Amino acid sequence: MSPNLRIAFRFLTAKKRAMLMSLSCTVLGVGLFIVTQATTSGFEDFFIKTILGTDGAMRIQDQIQDTLRSMNAGGGSDFLVSHREGVKYIEGVEEPKAVVNALKEFANVSGTSAVLRGNVLVRSSFKNESAQVFGINLDEHLKVSDLNHQIIQGDLATFREAPTGALVGKVLADRLQLGVGNSFLLDVQGQLLRFRVSAIYETGVADIDKARVYVHMNEARSLLKKPIGVTFIQVNLFDKNRAPQDASQMQEVLRHSASPWQEREKAWLSAFRALSVSSAITVSVFTLIAGLAMFNTLAMIVLEKTKDIAILRSMGYERRDITQIFLWQAGIVLAIGALVGALVGVVGTFAVSQIPLPINGIFKTETFQVSWNGWHYVEAVLTAAIMVMAASIIPARRAARLEPGDIVRGTAQ
Amino acid sequence: MAETQDFALRCTNLHRYLGQGEGRVHVLKGVSFEARRGQVYAIVGPSGCGKSTLLYLLGLLDQPDEGGIAINGQLMSNSDDAARTAARGAHIGFVFQFHFLMLEFTALENVMMPMRKLAKLTPEAMADRAHSLLDSVGLGDKTHRLGTQLSGGEQQRVAVARALANEPTIILADEPTGNLDVKNSSMVFDLLTRLAKDHGQAVVLVTHNPDIANRCDSVLPMRDGVFI
Repeated sequence: MSPNLRIAFRFLTAKKRAMLMSLSCTVLGVGLFIVTQATTSGFEDFFIKTILGTDGAMRIQDQIQDTLRSMNAGGGSDFLVSHREGVKYIEGVEEPKAVVNALKEFANVSGTSAVLRGNVLVRSSFKNESAQVFGINLDEHLKVSDLNHQIIQGDLATFREAPTGALVGKVLADRLQLGVGNSFLLDVQGQLLRFRVSAIYETGVADIDKARVYVHMNEARSLLKKPIGVTFIQVNLFDKNRAPQDASQMQEVLRHSASPWQEREKAWLSAFRALSVSSAITVSVFTLIAGLAMFNTLAMIVLEKTKDIAILRSMGYERRDITQIFLWQAGIVLAIGALVGALVGVVGTFAVSQIPLPINGIFKTETFQVSWNGWHYVEAVLTAAIMVMAASIIPARRAARLEPGDIVRGTAQ
Repeated sequence: MAETQDFALRCTNLHRYLGQGEGRVHVLKGVSFEARRGQVYAIVGPSGCGKSTLLYLLGLLDQPDEGGIAINGQLMSNSDDAARTAARGAHIGFVFQFHFLMLEFTALENVMMPMRKLAKLTPEAMADRAHSLLDSVGLGDKTHRLGTQLSGGEQQRVAVARALANEPTIILADEPTGNLDVKNSSMVFDLLTRLAKDHGQAVVLVTHNPDIANRCDSVLPMRDGVFI
């Protein structure tokens, strides 16, 4: 152990109460920072998992048709007449096979599913409800969604084997009082087709569970009278975070609009981000208090240890040694505070994850969602380090500036 | 040359002002002084005559407004803080009036403190030397007592051992016996002079005690900032 560290440790342990105060604030600051970040990120991560499991990482839809941006004035001149810039879209994907084949060339694509969508009226023996029918190829769709984990009644095997089978959202099924095995009619502008409930799913996203009915693609084509083309292609990616870059490239290559999940859910993601930042700022107040407590402790030690500082200086300890001794004290409190605070963060995060909290609407959960992310610990410790060390510099420098001659003469300020 | 090497400490024409503005006082008015190795010097005089101020200047704890101080032949008065600090660590040992032990540390740790900074010895050698010094001041059985667990006389004896830790050429003592009873005063003075003479160190002490002063090799009476 270096002489300066040894002295710092002894100075600190001589002021146990003040040191414990600084330590508690640091522990609290680090611990609470971790817990709040774990919970806000937990809900954000869970939301992302839900949207990726329902609408996938990306959607390829609507073909792009370039508008005329400029035209030659004619008459052999070089004069160009400019038009308003922009792109026009032709609704849907006319040639899904060609687009899917092109998508398979992208290394990050892990699955694709062509979907035909249309508005319908669902008629049950109880009542009618407006909804959207999604024509899918089940095996393809399972590669781009968590549909297999979202089934709460019935099973997918029944749906796979039944040409007129349907997967109905829980909210819609409840409203129409439909159970597995019940039949219902889908009505598109007077055209009626009968289907049977093969399974009921629940994503936890209210807008989906109350409106979507999944049927086989052929039945959807027949119902919606669309023998060719699809509404969109749902794409799954190996690296979901690369979706915006991939979307941009796909749009260039495929000439179809590509919307990554980050853009699709921008509003919710921004709300989560704002919540995370605001909670981090709020909790940082604790680390600010830790910094102030450290400042107070060190300022007190400087006042009480002026004679010791004079002795050290008379023995050959340099000004930088004195600075180091006081910064070591802050460092010791910070190290212990960070370690204990991280443990408090782990225990606190686990405890919070056990709290019952039924949420349904934007996702479905029964307990608090937490995220176990190492970066939260790094951020918490860094915040505490900045606050505590910044607060320690002033008393440390003040201690180093003391003149030993003034101290022994009793005139030190 | 040989004569120069005999002098551990030499100061010439030292001037020092303390305070500011109208309260500024001319404390030292051109003091010159030399201290030989193996000699004990007593600076005596009434309170406020500048004894302690001179001692702190000689110990490089303070800087003169005018004049020069040479330690072992090297002019130090105009050196920067780092050089003066290094010289204090290597060449000067202090004994202050009010013990000035670091009370959270044991007697052994207090004595090892200057050695740890100088870092010339191994930790084992430092501990051996500290034990030996504490033995020589009669505290061999109290090496692991905290400063708070020692009496005033014992604390001052530890301070003497600490002042000798790095084998300095100069020992400066500011009323080392001022806070002790007669028995302890005599014991501390004897220790200081015996150990210093054994190792050829120059001892300069400030004292109000005429008995102590009379037992020194030289007595330097001081009044109004000058030797008389």
